[in-house]
Amino acid sequence: MNIWIKDLGLLINAMLIATPPLLYAALGSCFSERCGVINIGIEGMMTIGAFTGAVTAYFTGNGWLGFVCGGFAGAAFALLHAAACISFGADQTISGTAINFLAPGLAIFLCKAMFGNSSDSPALDVSSKLPKMLTGVFEPGSFGYNALSTYYAAWLAFLLAGVVWFVFFKTRFGMWLRAAGEHPQACETLGINVFRVRYLCVVFSGFLAGLGGAYVTLATVSQFRPSVIVGQGFIAIAAVIFGKFNPQGALKACLLFGFCNGVKSLIGANNAVSPNLISMIPYVVTILTLVLFVGRSRVPAANGKPYVKAR
Amino acid sequence: MSPIRNKRGILYSNALYTFLAIIVGFCAGAFLLAAAGISPAAAYGKLFNGIFGNAKYMTWCVVYASPLIFTGLSVAFSFRTGVFNIGAEGQFVVGSLAACTIGVLVDAPAPLHALLCIAAAAAAGAVCSAAVALMKVKRGINEVLSFIMFNWLAFYLSNYVVNLPAMRRTGGGEATKDIAESAVILAPQSVIRITGCPAANYGIVMAAAAALIIWFIINRTTLGFRLRAVGCNPYAAKYGGINADRAVMTAMSVSGALAGLGGAVQTLGMSWRLSQFAGQEGFGFQGITVALIGASDPVGCIFAGLFYGAMKYGGTKLSLVKAPAEVVDIIMGTIIIFIAVSHVFRNFFTSKFAKEKGRECE
Repeated sequence: MNIWIKDLGLLINAMLIATPPLLYAALGSCFSERCGVINIGIEGMMTIGAFTGAVTAYFTGNGWLGFVCGGFAGAAFALLHAAACISFGADQTISGTAINFLAPGLAIFLCKAMFGNSSDSPALDVSSKLPKMLTGVFEPGSFGYNALSTYYAAWLAFLLAGVVWFVFFKTRFGMWLRAAGEHPQACETLGINVFRVRYLCVVFSGFLAGLGGAYVTLATVSQFRPSVIVGQGFIAIAAVIFGKFNPQGALKACLLFGFCNGVKSLIGANNAVSPNLISMIPYVVTILTLVLFVGRSRVPAANGKPYVKAR
Repeated sequence: MSPIRNKRGILYSNALYTFLAIIVGFCAGAFLLAAAGISPAAAYGKLFNGIFGNAKYMTWCVVYASPLIFTGLSVAFSFRTGVFNIGAEGQFVVGSLAACTIGVLVDAPAPLHALLCIAAAAAAGAVCSAAVALMKVKRGINEVLSFIMFNWLAFYLSNYVVNLPAMRRTGGGEATKDIAESAVILAPQSVIRITGCPAANYGIVMAAAAALIIWFIINRTTLGFRLRAVGCNPYAAKYGGINADRAVMTAMSVSGALAGLGGAVQTLGMSWRLSQFAGQEGFGFQGITVALIGASDPVGCIFAGLFYGAMKYGGTKLSLVKAPAEVVDIIMGTIIIFIAVSHVFRNFFTSKFAKEKGRECE
């Protein structure tokens, strides 16, 4: 009995490590995709967020400041993406691909320039990472310690999922942004500034992706390394498609991923099966779930199409 | 051709804007290098010396380029047929895995063995991509999503196979045994001696041949016409009697086979074994760049691949002048974003040109 509770605690702990960065990025991706701009650049924005977060926290010793700065770094690259796609009508996939070269390239370049040609930033001490809640209440290794004494920012991500759902479906701005992704011309005839809505959404998507990246370096890994993000941005995009472009769907998909990650680390603990095979679990589960239960997801109608204002 | 038409031809052509984009890319890189306190002249000097310095370097650039031309072709082919093959990465990995497995475990005489490896790689890539196509056609699952999943499945599968007792090399190193000599596609000894590059191989010949074949298929066959029609407008194509589902299946299988071939060229030509991956190698994602710089044109992909291969190889020399090799990524990213917005400049110049022409006519 006891061992079950302990395992459950470890499972929740592993979920809480894997889910939040994906969730931040996936919520960001929701904003962008729903307003009609494909954002493949989430990956790059996460990487620059991870770097900026780690470096800011290293120099200021303030984890929260690093977290927010990571978000702003992501937003800066999102602004570039927005300018290219919205103002200049560039192909959104191409621009996103460019961001995925520019942002990680710049992150590693700056890291090498700042820290004597090392592509890893110095390790952060506990005080300059993001703070944990309920520290010292539970004894290390107990269920409560594993399941409840986690980072505030982890729970913030789940809270944010609710907020984003509210914004999407219960506010006027949410209706505007969904309309901009479905039929921008109709939007414009109602006096809504499609350009402004899309700019706001894309920049905010970069901000959230940056937060996701910063969460990785400030909570999980505690330093920036080139391999720190690799692939998570794409998985966040996959989670959004999986979740049918809804924040609540994306939350479910991210939880599924986090859960598989938890199972992975539980099974992996006794080394009976090759770790490489165990690592496949999240991807196999995703594909099976898609094929068996989820099926077709409808892409927002105007997604990927540059909007040209009528004369 | 009159000078006016000639001028318009230049202003409309992709080549001019690609060239401008490359210049802008280098300027951005120089700016960043200068900001980091590194002399751009020294860094670019080293980069160009590392590319054009001697026959050996130039051959290495070509060796680096061959697999990129293949992944570039793979992505370009998918673009032309309306699919986005973000899974070239995974297909490349299963291709190199298949080639390596056959190369290590099977025993066959020289030319046959290499051909067997190449066929296996193409088949592996095609199967991988066709599975995604099947899910798209039958269950309507967005291909971008399943490609991303398959990239990671291929990644872990490769690492799993590398560590199997039958494949793993004895003695240190997280890698497989070397492939049999009969499976290697190295160029004749004389070429290797003259160029001084120990990895000079037939990859570039295969890549160029593949590019020409793909060009022919796309532009000169009914199959290519059907695929392009579906790429432009699947509903219109369906109305015209084209089986859109089958076209998507065919297009994605071919695209996957091309990426798989890239893996074979890399394994049989240059690395001769498969190492355990720490992170994704990026050949597939670099293929996206090659396709974009090559304007999704098969022949353009050859040049774009050579350019990227040269930058990648030259970039490895940058550490000698203490410049981060990532400046190459930044240059590439800037080039792509400039190409993405180049139509704005094109419209600007061509509309200006139209005015000039109007004046001439008066």
